[in-house]
Amino acid sequence: MTPGTLGLAQGPGAVSGEPIRRLRCCDASACRNAGGIALRQALLAAQAAVGLGEAALVIQAVGCLRLCGRGPLVAADGPAGSRLWGGVPPPLAEQLLAEVLEAGGADPLAPFRLDLNHPFFRLQKPVVLERCGLVDPDSLDDALVQGAYAQLGRCVRHLPPEAVRQEVRRSGLRGRGGAGYPTGLKWDTVALQPPGPRQVVANGDEGDPGAFMDRTVLESDPHRLLEGLAIAAWAVEALHGYVYVRAEYPLAIARLRRALEQVEARGGFGPALCGTPWPLRLELRVGAGAYVCGEETALMQSIEGRRGTPRPRPPYPAQRGLAGAPTLINNVETLAAIPAILREGGDWYAGLGVGAGTKVFSLSGAVVNTGVVEVPLGTPLRTVVETMGGGVVGGLPVKAVQTGGPSGGCIPARHLDTPLSYEAMAALGSILGSGGMVVLGPETSMPALARYFMGFCVQESCGKCLPCRAGTVQLAALLDRVVEGRAAAADLERLEELAAMVKATSLCGLGQSAPNPLLSTLRHFRAEYEAACAQPPTPTPTLPLHRQLESPPGATSGPEGPATGRQP
Amino acid sequence: MACSGLDEVGDRGVRGVQAAISRDIRRCGGDPSALIEVLHQVQLREGYLAAPALHQVARELQLPLSRVYGVASFYHLFRLSPPPRRRLTLCRGTACFVNGAERLEAILRARFALGEAGPERFDHAGTWRLERSGCLGACGHDPLLRLDDGPLVPSKAGPVVRMPLLPAASLVERLAALGLPLLPQVPVPAPAP
Repeated sequence: MTPGTLGLAQGPGAVSGEPIRRLRCCDASACRNAGGIALRQALLAAQAAVGLGEAALVIQAVGCLRLCGRGPLVAADGPAGSRLWGGVPPPLAEQLLAEVLEAGGADPLAPFRLDLNHPFFRLQKPVVLERCGLVDPDSLDDALVQGAYAQLGRCVRHLPPEAVRQEVRRSGLRGRGGAGYPTGLKWDTVALQPPGPRQVVANGDEGDPGAFMDRTVLESDPHRLLEGLAIAAWAVEALHGYVYVRAEYPLAIARLRRALEQVEARGGFGPALCGTPWPLRLELRVGAGAYVCGEETALMQSIEGRRGTPRPRPPYPAQRGLAGAPTLINNVETLAAIPAILREGGDWYAGLGVGAGTKVFSLSGAVVNTGVVEVPLGTPLRTVVETMGGGVVGGLPVKAVQTGGPSGGCIPARHLDTPLSYEAMAALGSILGSGGMVVLGPETSMPALARYFMGFCVQESCGKCLPCRAGTVQLAALLDRVVEGRAAAADLERLEELAAMVKATSLCGLGQSAPNPLLSTLRHFRAEYEAACAQPPTPTPTLPLHRQLESPPGATSGPEGPATGRQP
Repeated sequence: MACSGLDEVGDRGVRGVQAAISRDIRRCGGDPSALIEVLHQVQLREGYLAAPALHQVARELQLPLSRVYGVASFYHLFRLSPPPRRRLTLCRGTACFVNGAERLEAILRARFALGEAGPERFDHAGTWRLERSGCLGACGHDPLLRLDDGPLVPSKAGPVVRMPLLPAASLVERLAALGLPLLPQVPVPAPAP
């Protein structure tokens, strides 16, 4: 199977013994929140009412169908190809069923119909997400039928670890968690440590606000991550590993837990999936709400049941990690790319994009089409934001695109033709990051956005090193002054000076990158900061809106509601 | 509802709670590296991590209390004081920020008697509290509000209130109908000269 076309558009012919028609209902978080379960139940009830058997129609829960903002999504596969609907109210389930069975005539569902030929779907290149939206995330059998664990079996039976690592090196795959470290090199480093036990870890602590790529993989195709992690374990000769997932993803945790139980129930990875005795054991560890645990040394602390505070590197985890053993830590998306790389070959993957391979992005914010996209690296930002995303809601111009979350920055609209690559993003003062992409319209104030991210870093700083613990607080206070119109020109200099210091002297990636949103907005939108400083000083400093509203009624003479025009 | 921990303790008695915690610890293998998992289990059942529970966990995992308390206080999701009876959770994801989460919070605070987030400042009414959370995972419907733990319960109204679909006034009416305590309306003063 070549993952050439987007799985969404695939007909049912790919799998033998397939029913004539199939309804795939998205059962990932976003669609669930939008009422996906109610819709599926209504469809099942309608199916029972009509008396349709499974031979004629199968209604199935699947993972993410990509266009989260229009959920709950339902895709239908039939002889005429695939169709997609978004936001169908449950009372229309019967009509939807009728439409699926005999298309044509007056279509009451036309307003909910989504065009699978829209660039949002057409320009996607699913590799990591190739089974996402096609496979039932709760079924090992379904995953096996669709090719899961085939590459793991091939590795364990036929490929020595060195050959697996060579294929990964050839692919040019780089860490998809944000840092972009070459994956093959990392695997080699762990494998070539002195003999002894090794550990592997899948980092699913996807904490960047506005990022939901890993969650999509975990909720939609958990066996894919397990296969990637097991192959990594084979390649570095580890027999034990962990999947670490943040506690804010209850559905992803439940599905991973079930996936691990399914593997265990069949006797483990070795006998059941590879046909040989191979005592690999993988465990699930759940975080407890700490952004810093995405940093690899903090992550290891958390796995060991401690406070998630980072430690200096070296020694790198690849040298000394969990229980003192060399430890391979890869991001979920990185590992999920591995099965496809081994199936199609490293050269195939390297040839996919300008910078080797594809990247999953989560598109949100003031954009028309919100959801998950996977495109080849090197795709221009404009293609993703305007062609696929549809630009800003209401036809307003794009002001900027925030990439990389609290560690990244803002790419202004005039740089929208920049290709999505690690280097090009870094040259603009942002990062490609883990893949969160938040589109900003003209209404968003850049200093306010910088303050938002700084506030996030203040909350999430672990407190171990001074520059991050105190520096972020001071930066946030200075940004308060800017946003509230109390800043002087000297404050901008202070901001820049302090930001440079925090960046240079913090212990881990959180502190080192905490000033990035501030610095990139200062660089590209300095006029907004200067305008805030140029305001005449007010005799009584204006309190921010939320503080005005917090003060007890009657104590202030301020307006009762926010001055937004939307107040009740 | 998951957060009626106090009453349950009263019913089951201290012994029952202790026995349940011991079971949690055994289920996690009695391994100190499973501390976070144990704390999750205890909080899931009791609603929060009370001081006696932390003492017991430390004793039975043979860890210093400082280590157990250190972990419990480090992670945002662990509660060291009883949870409010009702919760309104505001998503603080970036997409929600861009689409007006701060404005929504201002409206809510202006109209309703909502306690502050944070363990030390229990809300005045003792019932409703406004909390903020990481991304709730429904980007595209932002800014998001969640009522209690209410995800994923299929209901026509839906547990998540979609702000852009509702003008603020009707949002306020809807929340008031759900039992949120409305603040008395303050007459708007005449604009200062």
